Amino acid sequence: MSTETQTYKGVGTPTTRMYGLMAVVALGWVLLGGLFFTPEDAVQGDAVRIMYVHVPTAWVAYLAFIVTGIASACWLIGKKHSMGFDRVAGASAEVGVLFMAMTLLSGSLWGRITWGTFWVWDPRLTTTAFLFVTYLGYLAVRGLGGTAEQRARRSSVIALLAVLEIPLVHFSVVLWRSLHQRATVLSPDGDIKMDGLMLFTLLFGVFGFTVLFAWLVSHRQRIKAMQDAQQVTALDAAVTERLNEVQA
Amino acid sequence: MNHAGFIIATYGITFGVIIGLVAYTIKQGRNLSQTVADKDKPWT
Repeated sequence: MSTETQTYKGVGTPTTRMYGLMAVVALGWVLLGGLFFTPEDAVQGDAVRIMYVHVPTAWVAYLAFIVTGIASACWLIGKKHSMGFDRVAGASAEVGVLFMAMTLLSGSLWGRITWGTFWVWDPRLTTTAFLFVTYLGYLAVRGLGGTAEQRARRSSVIALLAVLEIPLVHFSVVLWRSLHQRATVLSPDGDIKMDGLMLFTLLFGVFGFTVLFAWLVSHRQRIKAMQDAQQVTALDAAVTERLNEVQA
Repeated sequence: MNHAGFIIATYGITFGVIIGLVAYTIKQGRNLSQTVADKDKPWT
């Protein structure tokens, strides 16, 4: 443990507290609006309520993996190879994997209602599962031994390859025949056929989950910074101890 | 509400995981910040 002063507790700042507050408000509405206030869908009935969590979690997973890719590229291209980029990449991938798991679970439950089965080897589902496994591998590679720079280098390369899967997942419903429905809000013709309150709840949910993502990545990259600092301190202490032993 | 079990399970899993992750992150941050010097916390 460091002998220097530790006066600041936690990793929060006024900005992240604001993110947290906005996320609580937005997710509170998703919970209440999604379950109780929004109308049933004309075709799917109450099953459409799963959409208010399924779509935002999928969006956050995509966003997280894109942020991981961008941060990894910044680390590789940057002359200073700032470890801050690597920590953001790692934190974002952790959050992305968790949200991707939630997407697969919520999609599976939704599929059981609408398709009559929890899982089918459909192009969208299969490519999503593949993306999930790829980023699990990315996190496993980050956990391998070596210096922080070695970790950053190998994981950056994997992140830049893995991010190429995202367009494949997104356009899988267009490229192949798929059970999964095509994009409703991001449809190419721009014609959104959705009730106003449903659309508001969906978009407010996307906003809330995005702010939550920003909160999580901010906090988790600071945790990683402290873990790295702790490792350096422990290494310095071990070297000093060894030098003292040699000199004695 | 039709299919209430599936819908409530979806919301339960999603919000349960989020609350768990947020609580874990706050706890981990507080524990670590007690062992790391302020100079290694540039956001302070």
